[in-house]
Amino acid sequence: MDDLRIVERDVNTHTNKITARGVDVFYGGSHAIKGVDVDILDNTVTAFIGPSGCGKSTFLRCLNRMNDTIDICRVKGEILLDGENIYNPKVDPVQLRAKVGMVFQKPNPFPKSIYDNVAYGPKIHGLTRNKAELDEVVETSLRKAAIWNEVKDRLQAPGTGLSGGQQQRLCIARAIATSPEVLLMDEPCSALDPIATAQVEELIDELRAQFSVVIVTHSMQQAARVSQRTAFFHLGNLVEYGETGQIFTAPKDPRTESYITGRIG
Amino acid sequence: MTDANAQAPRTSLFAPDARTARRNNSEARFRLFGLISVTIGLAALVMLLSSVLFNGTSSFRQTMLELPVTLDAKVLDKKGNRNPDDLAKVTTIGYGRLISDALDKAITDNGIVVDGLTSKDVKDMISKEAPAQIRGRVLANPDLIGQTVSFQVLANGRIDGYMKGRVTLETAERDSNVSVNQLHLADALHEKGLLDMPFNWLFITAPDASELRPEAAGLGVAILGSAYMMIIVLVLSLPIGVAASIYLEEFAPQNRITDLIEVNISNLAAVPSIVFGILGLAVFINFVGLPQSAPIVGALVLTLMTLPTIIIATRAALKAVPPSIREAALGVGASKMQSIFHHVLPLAMPGILTGAIIGLAQALGETAPLLLIGMVAFVRDYPGAPPEGFFDPAAALPVQVYNWTQRADPAFVERASGAIIVLLIFLVIMNFVAILLRRRFERRW
Repeated sequence: MDDLRIVERDVNTHTNKITARGVDVFYGGSHAIKGVDVDILDNTVTAFIGPSGCGKSTFLRCLNRMNDTIDICRVKGEILLDGENIYNPKVDPVQLRAKVGMVFQKPNPFPKSIYDNVAYGPKIHGLTRNKAELDEVVETSLRKAAIWNEVKDRLQAPGTGLSGGQQQRLCIARAIATSPEVLLMDEPCSALDPIATAQVEELIDELRAQFSVVIVTHSMQQAARVSQRTAFFHLGNLVEYGETGQIFTAPKDPRTESYITGRIG
Repeated sequence: MTDANAQAPRTSLFAPDARTARRNNSEARFRLFGLISVTIGLAALVMLLSSVLFNGTSSFRQTMLELPVTLDAKVLDKKGNRNPDDLAKVTTIGYGRLISDALDKAITDNGIVVDGLTSKDVKDMISKEAPAQIRGRVLANPDLIGQTVSFQVLANGRIDGYMKGRVTLETAERDSNVSVNQLHLADALHEKGLLDMPFNWLFITAPDASELRPEAAGLGVAILGSAYMMIIVLVLSLPIGVAASIYLEEFAPQNRITDLIEVNISNLAAVPSIVFGILGLAVFINFVGLPQSAPIVGALVLTLMTLPTIIIATRAALKAVPPSIREAALGVGASKMQSIFHHVLPLAMPGILTGAIIGLAQALGETAPLLLIGMVAFVRDYPGAPPEGFFDPAAALPVQVYNWTQRADPAFVERASGAIIVLLIFLVIMNFVAILLRRRFERRW
């Protein structure tokens, strides 16, 4: 673990963005998430780590109600975004997802042009009044996603024609085009090569300035590199949650220690 | 493990062992079977096409007599005031005499010697449809009266058959409808250029004709009827089918009722078409009271038949759209409806179109249900322009084929094959449109 770049970071000054209390998730009969309490801070990268099937992706998808699309999935407990329960019946998930953007494991650009990929979100939410504004949003989003220089000359080319790493950055640009407050990333680098991974990680660190970022990852090195806080999930339980440095250097729970030293998982 | 490796005898890679040889043989056998199946299929297709083309291409040419007919005002307009009511009183018999005279005159003018034929025999070489054609032309344009106008008139079906090789001098001897001398005269007329075989526009535009006038029978009413039905089927079945599929695939909850609906849709696709005909007769004609033989009823029945095909194809196409696209759309905050209409549906479009065209092609060739709702009737009047025309009696292409194969005169065999060719051309056009549309949608990426 010596190669990990762990820096002492002052994270306690940030406010709570998302507060989850007693969250239970059921898939039909199986109990996927068991009473999870998490506070996700603003302007912080929070990493969810844990072995496959531990529920970290499921929990992530609760945060923007993507689990609603699965018929057999039931969520109990409360998740507050800026103090408002997102599972309140009055909340429309469509509005929520504009505030809580998501980047998926596999790059999934729409089979449309690069421009249309990024412009789609602002268009359906009516965030821009005219073409010039939309152009500007597209450009800034692509710039923030560090892909502008590569695609600025071919905005009308299909998004699916880009390389894997470019596609993933395009998806990030698409997610931040709606100016979300929280950005959820579900293993965003698992389909990418090391160079593209490095680019995306650098990007995540920059995005922290504007958003609260939650990232699910299988790579502990990645969690250590990009996050300020880390949550370790195991068998549907949140085992340990704290500052990344502390989790990787001085875990309190023996299960966390076993996992980060490679004995379970 | 090391023991097992040590005991295995070293085999050469150049000598395939028995197991590998067996596997290769079975693969070779399978390939052969596949090749044979494809060959059988192709042979059947070639046989079918060649038989239809062999029998049917001749129906696109028709034996015609080029005659200058003197439209005598004394015969056609005795009062001389060109009153349409009076003109209409002259029946086809009057016109028949004019044509007969014109033919006699043409024969003498060209110096053709007529052997052993009475004037009536010569007249019989002209189709009984010819006077009606000329009468129609004159009534439409009374100014022709008094002039000598060159008309192309249909020759009798037997003469037409002789020109096409269906009737020979030997068969004519045994045939009470035609004599050898008439055929000789036809040859002579052909030599002088009076009798020719131009392209048969009437076959495509004219309505059906009676059993005794195969030379005049055409597909006009049937093509119009089929076209009307296809328009209605497309307009009804595509939106209904696609809407039903989207609802079932994307919105409907998974429960017993939707399961039941799904099973029923699949079963509906397998219901014999004649059952749909009975349904159409009972519901649309007897209960709702729509007119018989009308394209609207045929189209409604065919829509019911086409719907399962379109629904099944559309659902398969929707299922084939990767879930990542839906997630991506939902992830940026699109509503379910937006994710479907902006992203899923365009991607599923090629599959939906293929299904729709297959369904339409099926509907175009469907005969049985149309027989039951009365489209088998003998219809000589063209249906009117849509939308009123949808309620007028009409025929349909496949039913016309069925009708003509029922008739005794061998000339109708040729007509039926010709009608099949027209039907096939329509199917090819539809498939071509499907391919074009599919490519257009696919080229978008």
